[in-house]
Amino acid sequence: MGYGNKTAVRWFTLVCVSEESLPSEAFEQLAMPYFERLYNFACWLTHDRQEAEDLVQETYVKALKGFSSFQPDTNFRAWIYKILRNTFLTSRTGLKATATVPLDLEGEEEMLPAVKETPESILLQRSDGQFVQKALEQLPVAYREVLLLCEVEEMSYQEISATLAIPMGTVMSRLSRARKALRDGLRPQFQKG
Amino acid sequence: MVCESWKAKLDTYLDGELPEQEMRTFDAHVRGCPSCSADALTRVQMKRAIQVAGKRFVPSADFRRRIERSITPKPQRSFRLGWRLAAATAVILAVGTLTSIYVGSWTSKDQASRDHVYSEIADLHVATLASSSPVDVISTDRHTVKPWFQGKIPFAFNLPELQNSEFSLLGGRMTYLDQTPGAHLIYDVRKHHISVFVFQERALSLSLSSSLKLPASMDESSLSPKQLPFNMETWSQGGLRYFVIGDASAADIDNLAKLFKAAS
Repeated sequence: MGYGNKTAVRWFTLVCVSEESLPSEAFEQLAMPYFERLYNFACWLTHDRQEAEDLVQETYVKALKGFSSFQPDTNFRAWIYKILRNTFLTSRTGLKATATVPLDLEGEEEMLPAVKETPESILLQRSDGQFVQKALEQLPVAYREVLLLCEVEEMSYQEISATLAIPMGTVMSRLSRARKALRDGLRPQFQKG
Repeated sequence: MVCESWKAKLDTYLDGELPEQEMRTFDAHVRGCPSCSADALTRVQMKRAIQVAGKRFVPSADFRRRIERSITPKPQRSFRLGWRLAAATAVILAVGTLTSIYVGSWTSKDQASRDHVYSEIADLHVATLASSSPVDVISTDRHTVKPWFQGKIPFAFNLPELQNSEFSLLGGRMTYLDQTPGAHLIYDVRKHHISVFVFQERALSLSLSSSLKLPASMDESSLSPKQLPFNMETWSQGGLRYFVIGDASAADIDNLAKLFKAAS
């Protein structure tokens, strides 16, 4: 089942940085491996490649500037994603995106029951990914980011909690709602299929 | 309905986030329950579909380079590298010069004066790059660097606009050539440092005349890279003598010289 794979790929930043390394060199060693992923995540947040480049650039500049405050024994990935996300949220696009998103009922922590949807599996097997991409694009940013962090970045709930600065319970309920919203978004395709 | 409680945790189970003991229990249940295993299969397929669809955007190589440049401590590194190169070149230059003197290979006074001026300029270039603080005014903005020289040197000069060029200004400092004050500017092109020296032609000629006259043949000349460890170009314009020197290619030296000529 899926969890074994997830556990195997889950990893925390254990990059050994030489004590002799300059701070900026240590930063480069830690930060550059995430470059492609941060850019991908930024594109999903902004829906615009130029804005995504600006967002990533600003993230790296801010992270380098604040690198002295980073605790080496903590999770660098969650730290730099958090900087990117906070930078996005304070940008014009981010403010607009979050202002138009309804609150995702954070108080309701109960898990939604799973629904058996056999046509999904048939369609997902045949799908070339475009349906899923479109459905992801149409998700509110709060759902899109939590799904991407979990499924694409393969972050643990704890890392997601640190990145989004929300409690673990909220991570779980938000993920559950995001998955349901994605399924709902795909439903018209399932019906056509 | 029997599986309702299991299904409520199905996503957490597939995310690998249940406690170890519960994971094992869940494994056993899913293997034996057709309804839960079908549901789990659908959800795993959905997870995979999101994974594939989510890895969609790839940054350009150019953007990666820009990010790398923005976080790499280039000035220090390049200066350090520049220092090593410059120091090595200085040794070669010194040995070459001494050998030349020793074997008495000077063929003419022009040649001797050319070598003398070149040697002085090369020494200034090397010594500056070897310094821990190569520039006294650190700025990439010509509108900051140029005014800095006001009151420090007895003449004014123009700095070229570098937009749309490969060159970048690192800063400037005061310098002296045979007791004549002048401006020393340092530029960067593809990690090579180029020095531009500006002196008053009249003051320089007077100063040098006591020892070696500045040869007329230096006007509008590019010194041959075959003879010299650096590429260098010098010319006189508007009463000022310009020297452009560095380990960059002759074409780069020439391009920077052209920018200065256009600005003067």
